Amino acid sequence: MSNRRRHIALIDVNNFYVSCERVFNPKLNGRPVVVLSNNDGCAVARSDEAKRLGIPMGAPWFKFEAFAKQNQILALSSNYALYADMSNRVMRILSQFCPDQEIYSIDECFLDLTHFQHLDLDDYTQKMRQTIQQWTGLPISIGLGASKTLAKLANYQAKKQHHLAGVCNFNQFPPTILDQIMMSIPHTQIWGIGKKLARRLSNEYKIATAYDLKRANPNQLRRQFSVLMEQTVLELNGIACIELEQTKAAKKQILSSRSFGIPVTDKESLAESLTLHISRAANKLRQQESVCSTLYVSIRTSPFKSSEPLYHGYRCVALNTPTNDTRKLLKVALIILKEIYIPGRRYAKAGIALGDITTTEQQHPYLFEEKQAITDTRIMNLLDDINKHIGRDSLKIAREGFKHPWKMKQEHKTPSYTTGWHSLLRVS
Amino acid sequence: MTKLFSHGGSRPGAGRKKGTRKQEPTVVMRIPQSQQTVVKNFIQVYKSQTFQSEKITDTMSRPSQQLRIHAYPLFSSKVAAGFPSPADEYMEKRLDPNDFLIDNQDATFFVTIEGHSMIDAGLLPGDKVVVDRSKQPQKNHIVLAVVNGEFTIKRLSISRDGLAVLLPENHLGTYQPIVINEDMQFEIWGVVTGSFRRF
Repeated sequence: MSNRRRHIALIDVNNFYVSCERVFNPKLNGRPVVVLSNNDGCAVARSDEAKRLGIPMGAPWFKFEAFAKQNQILALSSNYALYADMSNRVMRILSQFCPDQEIYSIDECFLDLTHFQHLDLDDYTQKMRQTIQQWTGLPISIGLGASKTLAKLANYQAKKQHHLAGVCNFNQFPPTILDQIMMSIPHTQIWGIGKKLARRLSNEYKIATAYDLKRANPNQLRRQFSVLMEQTVLELNGIACIELEQTKAAKKQILSSRSFGIPVTDKESLAESLTLHISRAANKLRQQESVCSTLYVSIRTSPFKSSEPLYHGYRCVALNTPTNDTRKLLKVALIILKEIYIPGRRYAKAGIALGDITTTEQQHPYLFEEKQAITDTRIMNLLDDINKHIGRDSLKIAREGFKHPWKMKQEHKTPSYTTGWHSLLRVS
Repeated sequence: MTKLFSHGGSRPGAGRKKGTRKQEPTVVMRIPQSQQTVVKNFIQVYKSQTFQSEKITDTMSRPSQQLRIHAYPLFSSKVAAGFPSPADEYMEKRLDPNDFLIDNQDATFFVTIEGHSMIDAGLLPGDKVVVDRSKQPQKNHIVLAVVNGEFTIKRLSISRDGLAVLLPENHLGTYQPIVINEDMQFEIWGVVTGSFRRF
């Protein structure tokens, strides 16, 4: 049994966005810092100091601004160019330690270290931590377990217990000790158990900890919930059911939406914003070599302004030909806009979604349009190539406009230290 | 001819469907189930010939009017069919400045120089320097250090008492060495391994 046991690691960067900012601004060390979402809407990352002051995850910032000032909490706009670059560095370095890697999110990845079990995994993972810390300046936590679910739990424990020095290996503990640890972890911390499921589990089954769920009857839970719940129970018992996904699954839906920095009333600005979203989304679609066959367009007023009538105009249409062509999608989007736009409203947000995504190979030849698809990909690929070489948005649909007065608020954004020649750190 | 028997002869509803004979010949095609409505809509529009109005259903379901086929000439560039170039075997990849400047790309960052404290080391204001975080800092390295939260680029030295000292390199003497004592926050962020500039 023991030699069949898996050794799966879940590695993540502590307070990732805040940690990235601190690498380039050491004065932020030891201070409470939060990073705000797009448009400076809510707190999406918090330093430990900010967490201790009671700033909740996702806190709407306008509610906390006064409190932040009082407590000298520094709020930064999100700097995604920087975070993406730092994320790529971390992921590449970790892949040098172990080729079996699943990049799970911008700051998390799984590594399957089963083939490395002849090494002292505690040493090996500590070496990962030191390397990431030295090469990138980012602090990471590592959880090891016999399944992905256990690795996640171990990672939670590594963060909670400071004496563990950032690494917690469940596979090293005797079963009784591991059970005790799991008794101390609330079931809400288990991977895949969301708020709703957690409530049902505690109400109907009196499950409150990770240990309770481990001891639950997987068959019964499968009938009451789903096969996923059964998998979770098995995974908690050390039986790996969920494999690493090493090839990135193509997205089934692509969304692009933003809140405006200032309310927008004219149709032209809405059209510009939709054009931008369509361009971004269609580019993503082409990157994963897919086409979509439904398009959803939405414009809405602010839900926070009770004095004004709430309006949400939206429409979803099926396209006759699946496409990834910016121009075709845009044409449809603008027609939808014409139908859902009501003058006189103060719009706060516009967005689009591309759905029914299939790969280009799965495409059916269509009545009357057999050759069209081929010419289209050439033009769009050329556009993508040019933008790749000269820089993002060098070539764009003119409809996108240039001024973007509605562009989102990013009042506290730090420079893109690693991706723009003009934004580099300046040092004397 | 009058019908005498109920057997034989043409049955009602038999034969080709009404109206199909006068039009073009038709073919049977398989279409994806999800697109059934689209095709039906299309046929409706096709029949009514209302291609011109810009209502949404029409735009969705009418065929593109730009049915173009891009034909490319078979030989769009000249093909040399003679002897292979004797230089082919000596082809090497083009020189890439990145190879020259960067040892470990995941640990390398660029920083812009400000001020004149290191001009004798050849670092002018505006120069970009290459900082490698994976290099172990040693005595006499030029380093990017953090002193009390501030970045600085200086040459690393060790005093007789074993303290780290950051030395400026400017013969005018306007910059003073920074001796690191225990009360200071001090960290070496990375080792400066090179620099570059454009005129």
